[in-house]
Amino acid sequence: MSLSASTRAVPSGSPDGETSSGADLTLERITKDFGSFVAVDDLSLTVPSGSFFALLGPSGCGKTTTLRMVAGLERPSSGRILIGGQDVTSTRAHQRPVNTVFQSYALFPHLTVIENVAFGLRRTRAANPLGRAGDALDLVELRHLADRRPSQLSGGQQQRVALARAMVNNPAVLLLDEPLGALDLKLRRQMQVELKRIQTEVGLTFVHVTHDQEEAMTMADTVAVMNAGRIEQLGAPADLYELPRTAFVANFLGQSNLLGGTVVETVDGIMGVDVAGRRIRVPVDRAVSTSGDVLVGVRPEKLRLVREGEEPAPGTNWVGPGAVTDVSFSGVSTQYQVMVPGLGTLSVFSQNVAGRGEVRLGEQVRLACDVDFTFGLDGAEDATSGAVDLDDPGA
Amino acid sequence: MSGTTATAVTTGVTRRPGAVGPSDPPRRRPSWRLGDAIVPIFAGLAFLYLLVPIAYTVAFSFNQAGRTNLVWRGFTLDNWRNPCGAPQVCEALVNSLKVGGIATVVSTALGTLIALALVRYRFRGRAAANLLIFLPMSTPEVVLGAALLAQFLSLRVNPGFTTVVVAHIMFCISFVVVTVKARVASLDPRLEEAAADLYASSWQAFWRVTFPLLIPGIAAAALLAFSLSFDDFIITNFNSGNFTTFPKFVYVSATRGIPAQANVIGSAMFALALLLVVAVQVVSVARRRRT
Repeated sequence: MSLSASTRAVPSGSPDGETSSGADLTLERITKDFGSFVAVDDLSLTVPSGSFFALLGPSGCGKTTTLRMVAGLERPSSGRILIGGQDVTSTRAHQRPVNTVFQSYALFPHLTVIENVAFGLRRTRAANPLGRAGDALDLVELRHLADRRPSQLSGGQQQRVALARAMVNNPAVLLLDEPLGALDLKLRRQMQVELKRIQTEVGLTFVHVTHDQEEAMTMADTVAVMNAGRIEQLGAPADLYELPRTAFVANFLGQSNLLGGTVVETVDGIMGVDVAGRRIRVPVDRAVSTSGDVLVGVRPEKLRLVREGEEPAPGTNWVGPGAVTDVSFSGVSTQYQVMVPGLGTLSVFSQNVAGRGEVRLGEQVRLACDVDFTFGLDGAEDATSGAVDLDDPGA
Repeated sequence: MSGTTATAVTTGVTRRPGAVGPSDPPRRRPSWRLGDAIVPIFAGLAFLYLLVPIAYTVAFSFNQAGRTNLVWRGFTLDNWRNPCGAPQVCEALVNSLKVGGIATVVSTALGTLIALALVRYRFRGRAAANLLIFLPMSTPEVVLGAALLAQFLSLRVNPGFTTVVVAHIMFCISFVVVTVKARVASLDPRLEEAAADLYASSWQAFWRVTFPLLIPGIAAAALLAFSLSFDDFIITNFNSGNFTTFPKFVYVSATRGIPAQANVIGSAMFALALLLVVAVQVVSVARRRRT
């Protein structure tokens, strides 16, 4: 959008005069406790300037507390927060070059939309606050509602006003606290695309807190999966998905089949794992632990059903046979549940490719998977950690 | 008098738009039913009960009063032309307005701050303060008035204007706190966080966000405080010495006969309150139409 350029061209309104391209955000050994409850536990991370960073985790994992500490609305019990290399730990919220899009939007009900957006600019005595607020409203395509009150807007419109109100100040870091949580599914998908577009256009550093793994994966460059106040794993969405390092990540980010086994040999960078009497091969560089008890993991869509009379391709891992206990057809794909004696129930996603015979309920099948798609986790972990109820629509 | 009656009429005025029921009820019985008539009849009787004393006051402000203003002697506008005609009546009115004005400003300011503190902050003694703030509301006025007088006398303060103002501020604060507290509690604390996040210092956040949002509550509290102060007779009577407020003037003159000018002033206060309510209604309806 052409007007976004003018938004950027105006000198920054943030108190420290940060540049419009955002700044690095560094958390150093941040801990926050509320009495005996530790909300954030010795957390360190760096968000590079201009990136879209997602903090993903279930409710109560400390992600919102982390965000609030960056905003200055909460004080860390220990540790340091640096923005653009400057220590801001002891500064207060209004002194920090960050802005927040709140979960409940927190628009000022007594001000019009344009005055809401201009609020931060007026506080910093920036030049031409109404003009810049208007440009920001153009960016979220709401200029025509500038004179309305927030209560006269729909949820999606309020969300965009909240976004414009935060972005117009050109913050070094823009914080988003579950900004799409209150929207319905369709609008949420639409806003995800919109947010990503805006972030790419204005080039600000976004830190986005969410419990929706799909949202985190579609939007963020880097995702940090948080659990119980700690970061479980941090990386690009595809890396996290393809190679989870903990059972929590394997289960929370998508689904995984995790099977307990014992490493019996390691040959040429491939370790052989005994899983309920079958030898499963896992590349050593895809395993967290390479000896003793391990969890062997595989994503449901990486598994293939091998029917009676067929043979798994040579060199692949396979288990079974087991009985198909559930078939749910969703058009694009079919999800099967297969009960394998000694291993439990595994799920399989199968693309609905034309010409394939449909596997029926109760049929005996084996499950095969390429060696390169398996991964190994620490065997001491709980295989169900972070697992989401399959009935949950967000799963 | 004016305070309580004005409130009753206010309710009547505001309810009227809501009283227009669904234009087309789904079922219609052919016969007239007693049940349908009972509510309007009761409502009518209730309003009659509330409004007759006021109508009486207004009517007798137009009476050709003699030494007393108890018997109807004929219509005149003389009392309205010369509202200060009776000795001391306007002096008493001005006194009441002065006391009411000062008590309203001070008690509203203090009460608002107390309400904010009680809702927004956790501190030692908060629960006790919450409870104690209700005491002046629940203590009988006679007791409060007498106790205050004893206190003033033992401090060797002569009763007069100052003591009345102090007493009024004291009993108004509780009502202000209760009224404003409700408004503060309904405020989203995230709004102040959002203001801080948008570079507003706590001072700016208060004046730009919190205060504007509290204005309806503060205005209601101020009106309440003023009408309580303007109305008060019992506590004032104990602590005023020779100083006379309007209610005290009416009470004292009741023994010799209340002048018709008292009715004029009472009616005028009533009309003013009514006008205020109607104006607020008109403005809010107009604002709703516009947007």
